[in-house]
Amino acid sequence: MSALLEASGVSVDYHRRGAPALRAVDGADLSLARGEILGLVGESGCGKSTLGRAVVGLLPAAGRIRFDGHPIVPLGRRRRAPGMRGLQMVFQDPYASLNPRRWVGDQVGDGYLLGGASRREALRRAGELLERVGLPADAARRYPHEFSGGQRQRIAIARTLAAEPSCIVADEPISALDASAQASVANLLVDLVRELDMGMVFISHDLSVVRQIADRTAVMYLGRVVEAGPTQELWSSPAHPYTRALISAVPRADGAGVLPVELPGDVPDPARPPSGCRFHPRCPLARPECSRDDPPLVVLRDGRSAACVLQNAGEPARPLADSTTHIGKDAT
Amino acid sequence: MGALLEVEDLTVWLATRRGPRMAVDGLSFQVGSGEIFGIAGESGSGKTMTAMALLGLLPHAARTSGKAVFEGRDLLSMSARQLRAVRGRRIAMVSQDPSTSLHPMLSIETQLTEHMRHHLGLGRSEARGRAVELLATVRIPDPEQALGAHAAQFSGGMRQRIAIAVALACEPRLLLADEPTTALDVTVQAGILRLLHRLRAERELAVVVITHDLGVLSAVADRICVMYGGRTAEVGPRENVLTRPRHPYTRGLLDALPHPEGGAAALRPIPGSPPSLGEVPEGCPFHPRCGYAVPDCRTERPAPVLVEPGHASACPPDPLGGIA
Amino acid sequence: MTASDSPAARSRRDPAARSPWRQPLALVGAAFIVLWVLVALLAPLLAPQGPLDQLSPKLLEPSAQHLFGTDELGRDVLSRVIYGSQVSLPLAFLLVAFAAVIGSVVGGIAGFFGGWVDGALMRLADLVFAFPGIILAMAVAAALGPQLRNAVLAVVVVSWPSYARLVRGLVLSARNSEYVVASRLLGSSAVRTMLVDLRPNIAGPVLVMAALDVGNAVLLLSGLSFLGLGAQPPAAEWGAMVAAGAANFDRWWVGLFPGLCILTVVLAFNFVGDTLRDALDPRTARAIRG
Repeated sequence: MSALLEASGVSVDYHRRGAPALRAVDGADLSLARGEILGLVGESGCGKSTLGRAVVGLLPAAGRIRFDGHPIVPLGRRRRAPGMRGLQMVFQDPYASLNPRRWVGDQVGDGYLLGGASRREALRRAGELLERVGLPADAARRYPHEFSGGQRQRIAIARTLAAEPSCIVADEPISALDASAQASVANLLVDLVRELDMGMVFISHDLSVVRQIADRTAVMYLGRVVEAGPTQELWSSPAHPYTRALISAVPRADGAGVLPVELPGDVPDPARPPSGCRFHPRCPLARPECSRDDPPLVVLRDGRSAACVLQNAGEPARPLADSTTHIGKDAT
Repeated sequence: MGALLEVEDLTVWLATRRGPRMAVDGLSFQVGSGEIFGIAGESGSGKTMTAMALLGLLPHAARTSGKAVFEGRDLLSMSARQLRAVRGRRIAMVSQDPSTSLHPMLSIETQLTEHMRHHLGLGRSEARGRAVELLATVRIPDPEQALGAHAAQFSGGMRQRIAIAVALACEPRLLLADEPTTALDVTVQAGILRLLHRLRAERELAVVVITHDLGVLSAVADRICVMYGGRTAEVGPRENVLTRPRHPYTRGLLDALPHPEGGAAALRPIPGSPPSLGEVPEGCPFHPRCGYAVPDCRTERPAPVLVEPGHASACPPDPLGGIA
Repeated sequence: MTASDSPAARSRRDPAARSPWRQPLALVGAAFIVLWVLVALLAPLLAPQGPLDQLSPKLLEPSAQHLFGTDELGRDVLSRVIYGSQVSLPLAFLLVAFAAVIGSVVGGIAGFFGGWVDGALMRLADLVFAFPGIILAMAVAAALGPQLRNAVLAVVVVSWPSYARLVRGLVLSARNSEYVVASRLLGSSAVRTMLVDLRPNIAGPVLVMAALDVGNAVLLLSGLSFLGLGAQPPAAEWGAMVAAGAANFDRWWVGLFPGLCILTVVLAFNFVGDTLRDALDPRTARAIRG
């Protein structure tokens, strides 16, 4: 199966005045097939949003990024190539991603208009799209501020759909929303991906949502993808200690009063990453060689890959030794 | 366990251009010494206004009624001067965003010792010693050095720890934490939750955690109050509320969360959106979104009634009563 | 969590959104502007005499016959003041429009394209900014020859850079906003993005600046005429009339009434402009709406 979106060895540098360039993404690999949802997770500052913006061409990046077989050209002063319109992005903040001073229908219709439709046609089809994403028919003739956060995010999604995309990169699309709106917007995205046979990169810091909706998950740490694989397997038997740490930090609303497991230490400054494996200073399973050798992301069996000395290329993922214990809450 | 804070029939009106609107409507709860009490709700549920009312930090022209008795005195009837003596000293607050609650230009030492010297009348070196202890308590590495630093030099998680240290400076009995971990990564959030849990045990500190995240409350809260439209929907021990919810809204919130074991099942959102200030419907505020609503729900305004010891739900039809 | 996540107030129909218009100063300003526009339009009907008619004795004090007195050539000051509005107001509007359009285009291009384009255009604007407006306008007007048309040109030359700066700033801040990025991702060209996505955001502030600027333009034009670099005698122009008043400073009515005209027009546009700014600025508008 040829990949819809494929990135290999992608690096993104932020150039700062009077300071060395900051490498926010350092040789990351991704691939996405049609009809697939790839969850991209990690702590803030891990480079997941930067990688997401780089693959749609919003940031200049080194490495190879191809969409539908064509190389991505970073968006510059020129108008975006028509072939790239199939690659769209949904942003985190639905308050910033819609023009406050334009009618919702006009903004949604832009995609059709730019695709060659007449203004009338664009408006009519924008109305259809708005209904498709669950908004009232009269939404087209209203301004964004008349809608709630969840509704705005639906509008932003409708706007990308007007370009008839085959791939959507959604950067934290639900984290700015209320709990119940989060679920409904996530459902909408999943439905659209399935129905329109699109691919979606779902960038989120909320692992439990990613677990629920992503077919595959990629975990990033300090600009690198440290583990990737089918979501359920990755979740039930993480191959990288960082993945395991992330998963055990997620609190569950099960009423059991179990304190989530803390990952000690902070994410290091990406401008000065640790030697060897970037996770070793925080890793509960670190060995002496981890501070020296930088493990590459190796392909394991069953569609999984991991960047850890504990894993060997071509073999099934080895379960991680138990070094941390879930600390139950004492009765008080 | 005697209640440290006893809120009774707290009502908050906010001034809007269309006249006063009720943001909190007859809320009652108690928090015992050394207890972690969670208030859950979506935006507009009145949870933040409740905290603001307790601290006397409501916006101008807001009005309150009811009682909030803390250590035997009613916070709502205190003068501004009396409140200032309580605030920071007996009741402290931690807010969502540590980058705004800490002063960017003042050193950590100044921010930590200011309150101690002002409220407790400590001398400079004494206050400094306490500040080092506090930073060690909240697990800031190298506290001595941290004192001279500024907020921007720390990560978000470390800043929140420092904000908690500042809040603890005068040994308050009650800590109000409004979305204390919302801006943080889960790994860092875990550390803050553990810290709150430990502080409660070590210091008999009562903590009110206000959040939209039931997962957070499941981890640390002893009792949980679920708010909707300014009113209590359900209140009770953590385990009862989260495993045997009796109010359809609580049920809906739990169902909207990703399933703990994952799987292909779609997320189940609550239809509609929460009411905004001044648009709370008549009758049960949740009835337009409730799958179990009966005609009475449109007219009757239900008060929480006990459904089992310590567990009250404001839903008289009690459609979930059989599910246990 | 202050922002409520429910449908926001429908501010279009919201009475509070209009509340700045309840401010008395704005009302006074608006009333004066309407009054002056009417006077300019109806000048032939309102004025007792023609602006150039020398029908009366020189330098008569204000009286029932000549409400504002007569000037040094025996012309009715009231009539000249009324006809003067036909000169100052349309020219002020025109030159502000020119300055705003030129400045907006320059600023828009500079802001959107950045780089050397931005550098070159903005240095040019800085060059103009580096001189006090009236001095530069005097230099331009003097170089082109003392004529009303050249005075207008001179004022345009000194006025456009402030629009260019304003628009450039607005474009810069909006250029990287997510809705512009989203529009570019849909395949919008730079020009379309500017015209469709950025124009509505720029129109408001430019309008405010223009409203404030009309007063300035009247002042600058009158100033140039006062200095003899604008309207030439015997034209009824307020600045030139003030100059005549200065020459006859012991006859207070000759200079006072045209001066009052300038004052009221300038103040009126300032009041209205200030109010517009408050109403259009999302921050203050939100504060007003609560």
